[in-house]
Amino acid sequence: MLPRNLKVEDFAGYPPDAKKLAMSFLPTLRKLPLSFLAAMLREVIEFDFKFPVERKARERELDNLSSLSDAQLQEWFQGFAEISLSPQLEEFDWVKAPAQFVERLSAHLWSTHQIDAFRSASNRYADRLLAVVAPEPLPVARLGITVIGQGVSSYEDGLFRKLRPHGAYYTRVKPEDGLRQLLDAVAARAKSHAAAYGHWYIDGGEAVAHDAALTCVSYAALEPVRTALLRKMQEEIDRPGMGPEALRTLMAQMRPSDVGMGSNRNREPHDEVLDRFQVSLLTEGSGTQIFSTSFTQWAAREALRRAQPLTLLVRFAPRQRQKPMNELLTANTGAAEFDPVGSLIDGDLGAYYNWLNQQRLPGAEQSSFLVWFEGHNKAVAIGPSTPRGTESASAVDLSQLLSWTT
Amino acid sequence: MSGSSCIQRKARHWRKNEPPIGPAREMIHEPSNPREISGFLARTRRDFLRDAVGAAVGSTLVSRSWARATPSKRRKVIVVTFGGGARDQETFVLEGQENIPHLMRELIPQSSFFTQVVNHGILGHYVATASLATGVYETFNNFAAVSPQSPTVFEYFRKDLKRPSSDAWVVAPSNGFNRIGESSHRSYGPGLGARVILPKRLLTAATSGKHSSYEHLLRDNYESPYFTPELAGNEFELQQLEMILKLSVDDFKAHAQTLSSPDELSVYVARQLMRQVAPSLLWITLHDIDIAHAGAYSLYIEGIRRTDRLCSELWKAIQSEPEYAGNTTLFVLPDFGRDSDDDAGGNGFQHHRTGDTLSRTTWMLVAGPGIRENVVHDRAVDSMDLVPTVGSLLGFNPIMAQGRPIQELL
Repeated sequence: MLPRNLKVEDFAGYPPDAKKLAMSFLPTLRKLPLSFLAAMLREVIEFDFKFPVERKARERELDNLSSLSDAQLQEWFQGFAEISLSPQLEEFDWVKAPAQFVERLSAHLWSTHQIDAFRSASNRYADRLLAVVAPEPLPVARLGITVIGQGVSSYEDGLFRKLRPHGAYYTRVKPEDGLRQLLDAVAARAKSHAAAYGHWYIDGGEAVAHDAALTCVSYAALEPVRTALLRKMQEEIDRPGMGPEALRTLMAQMRPSDVGMGSNRNREPHDEVLDRFQVSLLTEGSGTQIFSTSFTQWAAREALRRAQPLTLLVRFAPRQRQKPMNELLTANTGAAEFDPVGSLIDGDLGAYYNWLNQQRLPGAEQSSFLVWFEGHNKAVAIGPSTPRGTESASAVDLSQLLSWTT
Repeated sequence: MSGSSCIQRKARHWRKNEPPIGPAREMIHEPSNPREISGFLARTRRDFLRDAVGAAVGSTLVSRSWARATPSKRRKVIVVTFGGGARDQETFVLEGQENIPHLMRELIPQSSFFTQVVNHGILGHYVATASLATGVYETFNNFAAVSPQSPTVFEYFRKDLKRPSSDAWVVAPSNGFNRIGESSHRSYGPGLGARVILPKRLLTAATSGKHSSYEHLLRDNYESPYFTPELAGNEFELQQLEMILKLSVDDFKAHAQTLSSPDELSVYVARQLMRQVAPSLLWITLHDIDIAHAGAYSLYIEGIRRTDRLCSELWKAIQSEPEYAGNTTLFVLPDFGRDSDDDAGGNGFQHHRTGDTLSRTTWMLVAGPGIRENVVHDRAVDSMDLVPTVGSLLGFNPIMAQGRPIQELL
């Protein structure tokens, strides 16, 4: 089927909000090239489970596309229209299964050497969209905090090498009660600038007590989910005919209920959006099922990319030491041995990636960032008024540091 | 085919090549298109190499001929590829050089170094390594248990020069590579390829499946860590351990216990092969760096440091083995690069999925008699130029290869 043949009933299986969105823009969807449309539908079909920022962005994007004339649409999508698809791709049921279509499209683009053309078309589209759909102003400048090095008693090699040139390096931070000060500051922002999924706390280990206004994701809390997922993966791997691509497809289709989430045993309010987000971290992230540091970095990246929080506190925890993959994938291997120093190095780069990803969001010029070596006296602060590439030996606690930076 | 996330992020500001923040634009020249980025990478590598080892620019020196360098012994070539490249920021830039001391101090000063080797193919390790070995951008599914479609360098070598199967070997990292020794091409193919040895497979067999003490050496691959493909090819059989490598099962197991990674096992087997069989064409694929896919940066750095050391050990082995000393050309090259930090479509060092310039552009080091030493070549070389170059050095004609011989090496 081709986009011009799209009908109302093709979206019958979509969740309610997704169906409504697709119906509202059906005439526009019919005019889009398939190589673009499938990626759009991959997002639309998940619309009911997207964060508010994502929903708004998708609506604004479709509003813009529907306002374009046929000639303008042709101009906007020329690069995508020039992508040559195979008959098999065109015959695939891309409306019902857009994610699977995109996987096949990806393989097709690489094997036909069209991946570079597709990249160019994507980037041109993103540029144009950016130019006409400007982001809305933020209620408060964004703040990112990353805490690394939990469990490391001493580390003499250089830390924060990539971040220091962008801010001020503090060498006499008072570590006492540091994490509590940071959590209090984050909670205060959540209360004064309340927003759904606007203020996050991600912990690579067990989350410490925190304000209920924060959206919290922790590796420890997901332990039963990880165990269930790894067990399911192992079962699938053992099936005849199963291969890496089929497994990836299967994992991408997993829902919270498939891995024991959402059973509502404790009668707590059920959050399908957050549950799906958390499952996606484990099913779509690489290494997130195995290493807590990989999970933490990926969770922060995805939270920033998708939810675009106003505040994000990320705390890395020690990951298990490296073991053979087969052993790591076996869920019941007894007590894990940890690698705190390796995890510190992982977290050091993870902090840099958190900052980079934060700077990709609207309001980057006003945003602030703080990274702290937990329990120690080293930190880097980056902000619009923080002098770059400087070093300070002033004794300071983390509350003060935050107030200077934001 | 890797699980490439080909759809670029369309979120506001979340897009490729965007300089991180305003002031950074003032400090750093940001190349803006692929050609400019490739050139920038080349200049960066060259400048850092010049600073570190005092390398000269290639075009200013005059080549010595191979014939004068090796008048009597049979020529040999060893190719070392890395499955999973290491990025410049972890290697050739100033802060990365601590991770590659052996390359910087030992190998590069004795080599011709190509700063810009571009891979235009599919960025999956098996299909990319097969492409390197055929000189043709293969397009098969990266995870399929298939032979390359085009003739391999081993087939050209054996057929043209009438060499026995014992003269061309591959030491490969994972079961998925077991068919890389020969193609499915009807004019070449079965019986004309290289013999393939899979050290991990060998160790599994040697330990009869009871390998609790060796599990650290048995990771199959990192691109798709969940599967160990079933074997169906001309893999090295256990009984040949003693016949060819002259190793008892007990000795092999005992030595394996002293090693810390799959690549160490591969290099150990390669050295044994050099000592006992001395093939004229030996291809070794290393893979430890690809632990990066698991997302742990410290393990990726460990992989780079180990690979750096193993390359040095191989070079020293070449110098010390009578069959190889003075008549062997060593090629070292990653199969491709890894994603840059600046491409929002990827996740930095972890993968090679974006197809951005950094993930396609890598380097190559060539050393041996007749190769100009301590020279840096900036011009762009295609990954497919490897096979025609090896053909020119060894005297066979890879008629279906797409690349061209690299003149600076001939």
